[in-house]
Amino acid sequence: MSAQLATAHRPSRFSLAVRDSSTMLRRNLLHARRYPSLTLNLLLTPVMLLLLFVYIFGSAMSGGAGRDAYIAYVVPGILLMTVGSTVVGTAVSVAMDMSEGIIARFRTMAIHRGSILIGHVIGSVLQSVVSVVFVGAVGVAIGFRSTDATVLEWVAAFGLLVLFATSLTWIAVGMGLTSPNAEGASNNATPLILLPLISSAFVPLHSMPGWFQPIAEYQPFTPAIETLRGLLLGTEIGNNGWIALVWCVALISLGYFWSKSVFDRDPK
Amino acid sequence: MPSSVMHTSTMNSGHPSRTAAVSAVGLRKSYGDKTVLDGIDLHIPAGSVFALLGPNGAGKTTAVKILSTLIRADGGQAQVAGHDVAAAPDGVRAAIGVTGQFSAVDGLITGEENMLLMADLHHLPKQEGRRVAAELLERFDLTKAAKKPASTYSGGMKRRLDIAMTLVGNPRIIFLDEPTTGLDPRSRHTMWGIIRELVNDGVTVFLTTQYLDEADELADRIAVLNNGKIAAEGTADELKRLIPGGHIRLRFTDPAAYHTAAATLREVTRDDDALALQIPSDGSQRELRSILDRLDSAGIEADELTVHTPDLDDVFFALTGGTDHTKETVR
Repeated sequence: MSAQLATAHRPSRFSLAVRDSSTMLRRNLLHARRYPSLTLNLLLTPVMLLLLFVYIFGSAMSGGAGRDAYIAYVVPGILLMTVGSTVVGTAVSVAMDMSEGIIARFRTMAIHRGSILIGHVIGSVLQSVVSVVFVGAVGVAIGFRSTDATVLEWVAAFGLLVLFATSLTWIAVGMGLTSPNAEGASNNATPLILLPLISSAFVPLHSMPGWFQPIAEYQPFTPAIETLRGLLLGTEIGNNGWIALVWCVALISLGYFWSKSVFDRDPK
Repeated sequence: MPSSVMHTSTMNSGHPSRTAAVSAVGLRKSYGDKTVLDGIDLHIPAGSVFALLGPNGAGKTTAVKILSTLIRADGGQAQVAGHDVAAAPDGVRAAIGVTGQFSAVDGLITGEENMLLMADLHHLPKQEGRRVAAELLERFDLTKAAKKPASTYSGGMKRRLDIAMTLVGNPRIIFLDEPTTGLDPRSRHTMWGIIRELVNDGVTVFLTTQYLDEADELADRIAVLNNGKIAAEGTADELKRLIPGGHIRLRFTDPAAYHTAAATLREVTRDDDALALQIPSDGSQRELRSILDRLDSAGIEADELTVHTPDLDDVFFALTGGTDHTKETVR
């Protein structure tokens, strides 16, 4: 926080937005640090699934290609699933936050209105990054290696992760805003955990029933997973990169305008 | 925020209608087919304490929500600190502080962190923010609890933290929505003291309450809100004058004494079941003595004598038609 005097002149809209959003972000990070149990619980799902699929189902899933090959296959999907799982926490904490009196206070203060949501979004993306790094470390610990990725590909992988996290977060914020309470938000956000299960995260698309393949192929997770796989392992990306990008932009726009319109409504 | 404060003070010169900190004309709000506010007018001079008094569900909170820009009215106009609540909400927000009925503190973080959060949102420089936070925590007797999560605070402490947070921005107009509801008697008196201090600082206070003694105690002017309409408005004394005066009540245990007294004193209202007499009276010493003299000369002794002067309760029940019996028993 810069300590410049705001009293002498009215700060511009943009600097007000930046300043208030960073204040809200600090508030959300403080919550996450003070009460880490929610975050840790959400990390459990992807880590458990990773270990389950590698050590219990691994040999069956890989079709005889071996455990190491399956680890390489499954880790990119697990990483994006981690994002999905983390943003469920965002939906829950947004719903909880909205039921608090402090939000009513914020609404009657001369602050940048969007900063309340932006604080949640940035906080959630940062949390996603930390979670992905943690789950990625577990992946490396059990033998995942990115064989021939260049620096550029690493940067692109990181960029994809942040973009994907941002898009799911905005959707989760909308879900949180429209849910009456924490339980409702958790239920509404369940698709974000289920979608990776019906993507190419665990098994290749061609092993799925024909009628189902198009659904699995074009849902948001599969193109992102295939792109990440390509960046980290050098597999064929094809048009998945573009599809992933379009999905991200579409989800961000949808989530943003949805959240904004819900938040701008008069509270009960 | 200083700009809006300047605004009101320059408008203070001349024109009585312009000295209002809060003014409203024909405010209306309904939820579905339920009309909550049915056209209310308000005029609250700067630097005064105004109490909006009414039973539960009368629309008090809705009025505060509209005036503090939390929700929009369906009709009518309102100006707060010289800004229209609908057209220039940010101007209003910069001049006001709101302490709602449900505590507006962040329970997950400490009292001190709550205060620093407010300082940051008011864009105070870091050092000044820390100073203001520490001063207010001290003033509201929260220094010892400053490092504890606000969720662990008692009701009175939460309410004090709530007001302390409201004061960080140095608002010129403060809305207090039922500031003492749910507080124990001691905390309630502490809160009254706090509100009086605010007034001494020249702040305009708009408070809602369902407690008549609270309005009587604190407010310069009182408006009684009932069924979304203002039933009466004025000072506590003006409101008390609206209804007939008080009386002296004599109660007897001996029926014979009761009947003799009823015959001796004229103009009494008899309550034969309770063996009680009511004599209209302004409660003055002279009247009281004349009644006692008459009783003495007739050799009658009442078992109980009470002097009843009209209070806001009488006004309230007269105006609201005594529709809210539940509140009566609760109080």
